[in-house]
Amino acid sequence: MTDPSCEDMQLLIQADVDGELEPADAARVSRHVEACPDCERLQMRLVALSTKVRRDATRFHAPPHLHEAVRKRLPQRQRSLLARPALAAGASAALALAASLAIFAILPRQDMMPDWIIAAHIRALQPDHLVDVVSSEQHTVKPWFAGRLPFAPPVKDLSAGAFFLQGARLDALPGNTVATLVYKRRKHLIDLFIWPTEANESEGRKTGVREGYNFVRWQSGGMTFWAVSDLNVTELGEFADHWR
Amino acid sequence: MDERSRPLRWPDREQIPASNEQPSFEDVVIPNLDAAYSLARWLVRDPALAEDVVQDAVARGLSYFASFRGGDAKAWLMRIVRNTAYTSLSARQKVLRHQDSDGAGYEEAALNAPDPALDPEQALLQKELAEQLETALAGLPIELRECLILKEVEGLSYKEIAQVAGIPVGTVMSRLWRARQALIHLVKTGNGHD
Repeated sequence: MTDPSCEDMQLLIQADVDGELEPADAARVSRHVEACPDCERLQMRLVALSTKVRRDATRFHAPPHLHEAVRKRLPQRQRSLLARPALAAGASAALALAASLAIFAILPRQDMMPDWIIAAHIRALQPDHLVDVVSSEQHTVKPWFAGRLPFAPPVKDLSAGAFFLQGARLDALPGNTVATLVYKRRKHLIDLFIWPTEANESEGRKTGVREGYNFVRWQSGGMTFWAVSDLNVTELGEFADHWR
Repeated sequence: MDERSRPLRWPDREQIPASNEQPSFEDVVIPNLDAAYSLARWLVRDPALAEDVVQDAVARGLSYFASFRGGDAKAWLMRIVRNTAYTSLSARQKVLRHQDSDGAGYEEAALNAPDPALDPEQALLQKELAEQLETALAGLPIELRECLILKEVEGLSYKEIAQVAGIPVGTVMSRLWRARQALIHLVKTGNGHD
């Protein structure tokens, strides 16, 4: 079995970066990339470009009057669906999101935040979306954030507590790009989302569960932390304790 | 579509009814309105025209909706938006041939301002980098730009992009590749420090 030429690998490397490969193909790509400096460089540049476009390309929001105009076109009888509380909450959030980023900044984000955080966690669990920088070394991960974020998230080695750093990535949550550290205990991945605490965020430790995922929120040193995992509540609490 | 490639995106998850019942047209449109508008903006690159495109697409969608058999609602809507955008671009080109005016649209600057949390220096740098990127994206042929925006901005899978653009997955891959080759100079050629 001979390895395909580099030219044949290009689209595979791209597909790997895009998180489109099955594990077997992804393994084939990483074998090739390890042995081939040119392809490694290509892979890194594709990752960098993808990160850049995702981060910097404008996400346009439908202006409020467009929302209004579209709503007027919707069949009248279906609007009663909005009476359902979950739908109403979601739809009004979508409206608010679209209304403007500035307005969004003063909305009580914590209402939706658990949903966003959990969704970001679930999304990251899809193949190859987990980490942008793979490292168990805090001194590698921390500088990776420099220049990618307007703040410096703390990175801690928690291996003494049997929580092992896997790497980091950026996540776009509504309103902010946040730092995400990925830890692992046994087979359980823990996403730790970090951003500078905003004035209107509610304070203190909070735990909860959504769609089978546990979360813990706390603040320290001017940062807000959300840890999300399928790990049980006790151990996730332990994680939070170790962190603090 | 297997489990892993199932579109799972926030914050529109809440709009999907818990049961397996067919979503209403509203359930499809309202949660995806920003995505629809954003795609229209990126394709036609004019705020006013993008709004028209979205409105037309909603009107078209409404009349096709009876034939929507479930599945990926977002991709379904985006395909209509995309097709409407192409139609309106070609219509505008015909009109422009008879006009001198460029029909410049207005900008809703406040909506597209950089994140207010950034400090001024960061914001400026961010703005410059973003402008450089926007220029490069704007310079791409529309069929390449479309694939890249659907991939990176909307986070669609190859399969979903294929559905929206009405092309095979292989074409999605080669268009993404060409789009990225055209932009790759924007990222440093360094040795991995950045």
